[in-house]
Amino acid sequence: MATIDTQNLTKPVAQPKTGNFALSGRESQFAMTWRRFKQHQLALVSLWIVVAFYIVALLAEFFAPFDPGDYNPRYTYAPPQGIEFVFVEEDGSWTWGPYVNGYKTEIDPQAMRRVFTIDEEVRHPLGLFVESEPYMLFGIIPMTHKLFGTIEPRAPLYVIGADRLGRDQLSRLIHGTRISLSIGLVGVVLSLIFGVIIGGFSGYYGGWFDSAVQRTIEFIRSLPTIPLWLGLAAALPQDWSALQNYFAITVILSLLGWTELARVVRGRFLALRTEDFVTAAQLDGASDYRVIVRHMVPSFMSHIIAATTLAIPGMILAETALSFLGLGLQAPIVSWGTLLQEAQNIRTLASAPWLLAPGVVVVVAILAMNFLGDGLRDAADPYGK
Amino acid sequence: MTALLEIENLTKTFTMRSGMFGDTISLDALVDINLEVEKGETLAIVGESGCGKTTLGRCIVRALDPTSGRVSYRPEPGKTIELSSLPKRELKPWRQDIRMIFQDPMSSLNPYLRVFDLVAEPLRIHKIARGAELEQRVISTLEKVGIPRDALQRFPHAFSGGQRQRIGIARALILDPKLVIADEAVSALDVSIQAQILNLLEDLKADFGLTYIFISHDLGVVNYIADRVVVMYLGHVVESAPTEALFERPRHPYTEVLLEALPIADPTRRKGQRAELQGEIPFLGNRPQGCPFHTRCKYAQDRCRSEKPALRPVNGTAQQAACHFAETLELTGAYDAPQRAIA
Repeated sequence: MATIDTQNLTKPVAQPKTGNFALSGRESQFAMTWRRFKQHQLALVSLWIVVAFYIVALLAEFFAPFDPGDYNPRYTYAPPQGIEFVFVEEDGSWTWGPYVNGYKTEIDPQAMRRVFTIDEEVRHPLGLFVESEPYMLFGIIPMTHKLFGTIEPRAPLYVIGADRLGRDQLSRLIHGTRISLSIGLVGVVLSLIFGVIIGGFSGYYGGWFDSAVQRTIEFIRSLPTIPLWLGLAAALPQDWSALQNYFAITVILSLLGWTELARVVRGRFLALRTEDFVTAAQLDGASDYRVIVRHMVPSFMSHIIAATTLAIPGMILAETALSFLGLGLQAPIVSWGTLLQEAQNIRTLASAPWLLAPGVVVVVAILAMNFLGDGLRDAADPYGK
Repeated sequence: MTALLEIENLTKTFTMRSGMFGDTISLDALVDINLEVEKGETLAIVGESGCGKTTLGRCIVRALDPTSGRVSYRPEPGKTIELSSLPKRELKPWRQDIRMIFQDPMSSLNPYLRVFDLVAEPLRIHKIARGAELEQRVISTLEKVGIPRDALQRFPHAFSGGQRQRIGIARALILDPKLVIADEAVSALDVSIQAQILNLLEDLKADFGLTYIFISHDLGVVNYIADRVVVMYLGHVVESAPTEALFERPRHPYTEVLLEALPIADPTRRKGQRAELQGEIPFLGNRPQGCPFHTRCKYAQDRCRSEKPALRPVNGTAQQAACHFAETLELTGAYDAPQRAIA
């Protein structure tokens, strides 16, 4: 804080002749927030992780080597290949360039089961921007290249293994990221709209409306969430399409999610309503709208940002939990939850632990979002350290 | 001369409810207040915490809605605006004329707005000026209160308490008001800064032709700045008098106690028999019968316990007191004690 303040004080203030003071002020506030945010190492790293996650989610078709539905019965439960970068030839010379090994199949005589082992003899070189089956990016842009893949068209590529139908786990994970992260975002946006409007009215006007809203929130929050979600999800019509289902689940999650944001917003409104500077704005003759938007909202923007960022992981976890239990998103849709559903069986887990990979991704994404939320909250607070 | 502001029978009752289904208690913060503020004067309202002086200020500017009674404002002779009954929307033009300076300069300035925007905000709300003209007005008003133009882009937390109060004053004055209500405007500042701000207020009063309602608990400050003083106790006006007269010879026992509480800057005189106020200020929801002050008054008689005294002129002078014995009591003023350093 000290360093920032001195910089701020000694910085010569430009005197625009006809410039707009208000506009330049706002830019600089953003710059100050950003400068403080950058000092928070963990949050900065988390920001890049979250950005990377969303880029992957956005361009899922391009990043995933295969379509999530592509199956190959020859490679059920194929183990992860791992990408190698250097190959030592027999004569001792090195060959550079990424490649994956092929698979050998053996029959386990005791279990009478097909077992894959990595075949060191076979190498399938990898390339960037390799040609693939034509596909549509975002469902509209025709594309013929993927970010990476094997240079020979039909070689097996299971970087982090395959599932029970021989589908590429990595591709499915990437497509699942799109669904899970967007459910988090859409759900939080819905919650935010409900929460800010209801909480705002509740806190700004108070009175019986406030009491009614607060009792309702208490009631909703006292409901055990998992059974309630289960009930609501089970009540969805069976014949709804996957897309309708997806939106229904989002709405169900945000029906409960708004309560927390509404409480944060109401609390801030209550605290600010009696602040002198708010009274001052009212006595200036400012409309309620102006008082709220110009004088109150900036003061709790940081809280809203933090609460929102911190609510996204909650949404993602809720979706994952529901889908894991088989009541959220249904099979053709790939999300982290439906992927983890594959890992419900202890026997499968023992023989194919890579099916737990979505769990790791969930943990990384959620931790990153939490750190990001903390960092944003600290940075947006002008009285923070 | 007609008064700039006239307050008639103003009453403000707060209702409090204990718990969700509990009984409601009414608290009379203001009881039947009658006041006139003349154009160009500085009227001080004094009293201890909880006496209703801030509530009175807030009822005048309609930060609170009075329960009953009238607040009439006369922007020019023959024109009377009844502020207390106007709907909020129609009140807006008059908000330019009646402005408020707040007690705590830390909390009365929006921490997220820069000085320029803070001071420009009233102009923008009332759509009075924009662009270069707006900038000119903001800069010149800030210069009048002693804030240099290179401070425009700073946030309030970069300023000291005194400077912030100057910004608060600039905010009040930018709309060219007629009446400024200063609610404890200097009590959050230390004494040397208080003097600066008081002098600034005096200068601005002359420059802008202002009328002040100066709400304070500090009689030293009041003695310095006010032309007339209104003493409040428990939601009542108990005495109203020109400053000189009140400090010379108070007519209400409560005023006497307040004056006695003034610190004396002479150690040899300090050990005296100073009549300290006994007891606590009574709970507003359970106010005493009769004179509101009788529970703590050392001159109280039986009559005081049953009959409520009205505010009336004492011996036909401009000095008014609400005490049955205003004419007969020999009360001590403050002028025989050495003055406080501030004056």
